[in-house]
Amino acid sequence: MSKLRYALYTGCTARESTPELLSSTMAVADKLGIELILLDEASCCGASHLQDFDEMLAYTLNARNICYAEKMGLKLVTICNTCQLNTAMTKHQLDKDPELKEKVNAKLAEVGLEYKGTSEVQHFLYALIQDYGLDKVREKVVTPLSDFNIAPFYGCHNIRPSELHEHSTGGENPYNPTSLDSLIEALEGNTVDYESKNKCCGFHVDLQAPQTSNALTGTALLDAIDNNADMIVTPCPLCQLNMDLKQHSAGKQLGRDIELPVLHMPQMVALALGCDEKSIGLKYNVTKATQFSK
Amino acid sequence: MIHTEEEVIKEVLHLNEEEHRPDFAHTRKVKVKVFRFNVETDYLPYYKTYEMKVSKDELILDLLNRIKWEHDGSFSYRRSCRHGICGACAIKVNGKAVLACKENAQDLVKIFGNELVFEPQSQKRAVKDMIIDKSDFWEKHAAVKPYVEATVDPRPTKETLMTPTKAEQFLESDYCIQCGACHYSCPALEVNEDYLGPAALVSAYRFTIDPRDEASEERLELTSQMGIGVWDCVKCNECVEACPKEINPIEKITKLHNMQFEQGIAKRNVATKHAEGFVRSIKKYGYLDEQDIVMYSEGLGVVKHMSEAIKMIKAGKIHPFDVMKKKMPRSKNLDEIQKLIKITQTNKL
Ligand code: SF4
Ligand code: SF4
Ligand code: FES
Repeated sequence: MSKLRYALYTGCTARESTPELLSSTMAVADKLGIELILLDEASCCGASHLQDFDEMLAYTLNARNICYAEKMGLKLVTICNTCQLNTAMTKHQLDKDPELKEKVNAKLAEVGLEYKGTSEVQHFLYALIQDYGLDKVREKVVTPLSDFNIAPFYGCHNIRPSELHEHSTGGENPYNPTSLDSLIEALEGNTVDYESKNKCCGFHVDLQAPQTSNALTGTALLDAIDNNADMIVTPCPLCQLNMDLKQHSAGKQLGRDIELPVLHMPQMVALALGCDEKSIGLKYNVTKATQFSK
Repeated sequence: MIHTEEEVIKEVLHLNEEEHRPDFAHTRKVKVKVFRFNVETDYLPYYKTYEMKVSKDELILDLLNRIKWEHDGSFSYRRSCRHGICGACAIKVNGKAVLACKENAQDLVKIFGNELVFEPQSQKRAVKDMIIDKSDFWEKHAAVKPYVEATVDPRPTKETLMTPTKAEQFLESDYCIQCGACHYSCPALEVNEDYLGPAALVSAYRFTIDPRDEASEERLELTSQMGIGVWDCVKCNECVEACPKEINPIEKITKLHNMQFEQGIAKRNVATKHAEGFVRSIKKYGYLDEQDIVMYSEGLGVVKHMSEAIKMIKAGKIHPFDVMKKKMPRSKNLDEIQKLIKITQTNKL
């Protein structure tokens, strides 16, 4: 197999409050021999909020991001569910609606760009599974995660709406997703089956409706705890932030103590592949994963 | 020549012998676990399990009928049209919202395996088995004025015409059959009883976009209210997945958001500033300034995030003393982004 090459769209979070996401992603790619080229020209995807204010502006900025992957002739790979949704949704709308595409391209022409629709958009989790292959990941495991019960938390924006993601996820069913479970199994971890695994973490209303956000985050965390999870793992940094940071306030609202490490998907892979401590970056997690401290 | 009824059916449907016989080769044994509850006699709900042979063409409604006809006549569920049009037969199977009369049983076996669990749309609203008290749904529906409000000339001299472009703007929101599948799949509604929910918001959009309607402003005011309106949607997309009519409720919610700004109805509050604040950051850095967006949106309210901010500082996630924003990433070719914002942005707060 020739070396896999992708344009990596980092999103904002991986460059700001979750640097461990970017460093562990790069470390995993390095170990597996995948080449990730940073899409440094890219802007914020609007995190599903910009489109509420000005939908056309959100389409234009996201289309611009895709243009740069197209220029390199590479697939655009994301490491955040919300980046994935917004980028894939822009692509979907532009590809199916020539009128919209023309409007957006009229704007992009002003800065010398054109959206063509030639680059695929895929989350790194699914690139690992579909392009690289879990069998090959399994071969590279040096520290099996067999001592841990790991609860997969899928995050809404990678799996819903399924019509939009079907292609890039290889047909993941949002009511019974399996990809993250199979990744955990490939790393020889024990998967935790719990109802909340495909539910919402509440992140997006954290500012305006903290009660809603806390209730959803807390319910998911408690569900994992009640099913004997040692940790949660998620492909979305926004889920990770909300679930990692809000344990105290969610616990207070729901009347129970909550303490459970929440890892980024690439952090978990990096641990199993024996990447160095610095790039795994566990020190940045608010609720410490003490299981891994030597 | 006289034909039997069977012959006529075969003739009309072009069926050959093979097709006319039940397809035993593709029949599967399925365990159906059914939620049972009678609000008048039961203290708690319970489940009953039925082993059934399910042929490849059977719908969930066929299985509901068989449970009632072959096993327990007291089993209760709603159905009327059997054509995916009345919305009465909506239930949940293994947590997935379905219209019983549209959903093929074996398709669900493919997703969930040989055990199917039938439950009402909302267990806490269960009245009898699959039947729920849907009054909260209808209250929310009524609240958005789900009708055209217009001063109509009693003796019109010409037709009110709807152009194709105008009709397209409905985005098929007028296809809603009020089945409640989205409403009872919405997690925001589950934890916030005041939230109008996806179905009512679809209706709000449907009538607000109607060119004959005169209550648009009123509806936009209502649906922009904090605690009940569009700002309380958590963006989980459960409603999109649940809708049997492929209406995509969150798409209409996004349109309502945009219309608030377009029509100058949006008031400055934490939610509207949060949405608008993205432009402010992206203009400066290309990226979102995660600290600034919280401070800008919250204003003085930012103090309530203190304890979390301290946790983030301790973990090295944020850098409060980086006043020169040295640690803030900046997109390459930022000037392109700034220009695109300048020539594309139309909405204001
Ligand atoms: S996207 Fe919004 S309206 Fe739809 S189910 Fe989720 S919270 Fe409810
Ligand atoms: S929007 Fe779809 S799911 Fe919701 S009530 Fe209407 S038809 Fe049912
Ligand atoms: S019975 Fe009318 S929609 Fe199913």
